[in-house]
Amino acid sequence: MSGAHRHDSECKRIFALLSEYLDAELPADSCDQIEAHLKDCPPCLEFLESLRRTIELCRGFEPGELPGPLAESVRRELRERYEKALRARESQGAA
Amino acid sequence: MTGPAGPVFATMAAVATLGAGESQQQEVELARRLVAGEPGAFERFVELFRNKVFQYSLLMCGHREDAEEVAQDALFKVFEKLDQLREPERIRPWVFRIARNACLMKRRKSVFAPAQELSLDELMPQAGDDGGQRKLEIADWSALPEDHALRAELRRVVREAIEELPEIYKTVLILRDIEGLSTAEAAEVLEVSEEVVKTRLHRARLAIRQKLDWYLRSRRGEKPAERAN
Ligand SMILES: [Zn+2]
Repeated sequence: MSGAHRHDSECKRIFALLSEYLDAELPADSCDQIEAHLKDCPPCLEFLESLRRTIELCRGFEPGELPGPLAESVRRELRERYEKALRARESQGAA
Repeated sequence: MTGPAGPVFATMAAVATLGAGESQQQEVELARRLVAGEPGAFERFVELFRNKVFQYSLLMCGHREDAEEVAQDALFKVFEKLDQLREPERIRPWVFRIARNACLMKRRKSVFAPAQELSLDELMPQAGDDGGQRKLEIADWSALPEDHALRAELRRVVREAIEELPEIYKTVLILRDIEGLSTAEAAEVLEVSEEVVKTRLHRARLAIRQKLDWYLRSRRGEKPAERAN
């Protein structure tokens, strides 16, 4: 073993990449390096797991609150704009 | 030994990308029907995206009234510009870009908070020594899924942690992890590079992880638990 210091610096380097690793956004060789490190480094693996669960919780998070009912006048105005946009699209298509 | 690090880690990486795909497809399909003028598409679109924009801006600005106004302003803009939407598959970044701008317009009237940076060093856990083994000073996360009461509590902690994020991190986290936009789409909405999106997302997640960790440890009594008064 090349000593705790070198090990720590590798942990630190990998720490910065863990989200990209979990998002599968890293090139294959970086992934391989990370996985090789994780095999021999329980603390990094444990940390990765806590980050993975955090992401799961964020992804499963539902804000819950809904806006109040939409005023009828606003809905009408939205629909007018919508129909106008549809007509514009049609005439663009026809042109 | 079963080959190099393979399946375990591959599964881990895959988990984080699951989940959002199906609803994204449905939203794109809805956008197609909307621009084709199909019956029912308008009502469905207004309902769905008004809620989304409302929830985004509520997390961003914290005030219901502002969020309602932002949602309304954004929808007006969306329909005003709908004839310019060339690719329905880009509906999500397109709407969120409009929503973000509506949010910024609203914000301009209030106090402008200086951009606050989160540093990696502060988000990295301390490592201690446990009988010669390096040991992280973090909570035991392995017990999470079984405990339902805990999961309800965790949702509250997640919400608070999101609300407390500095704005530039919060907006990335909402777009990527809650709304399920891709890195490229989030970069487009925020008008920054994909690298910036990745960096900010990682820090945002780390900050939330750290708050969850504090919570889990206080719950286990590692630190004096602050009981809800
Ligand atoms: Zn390590």
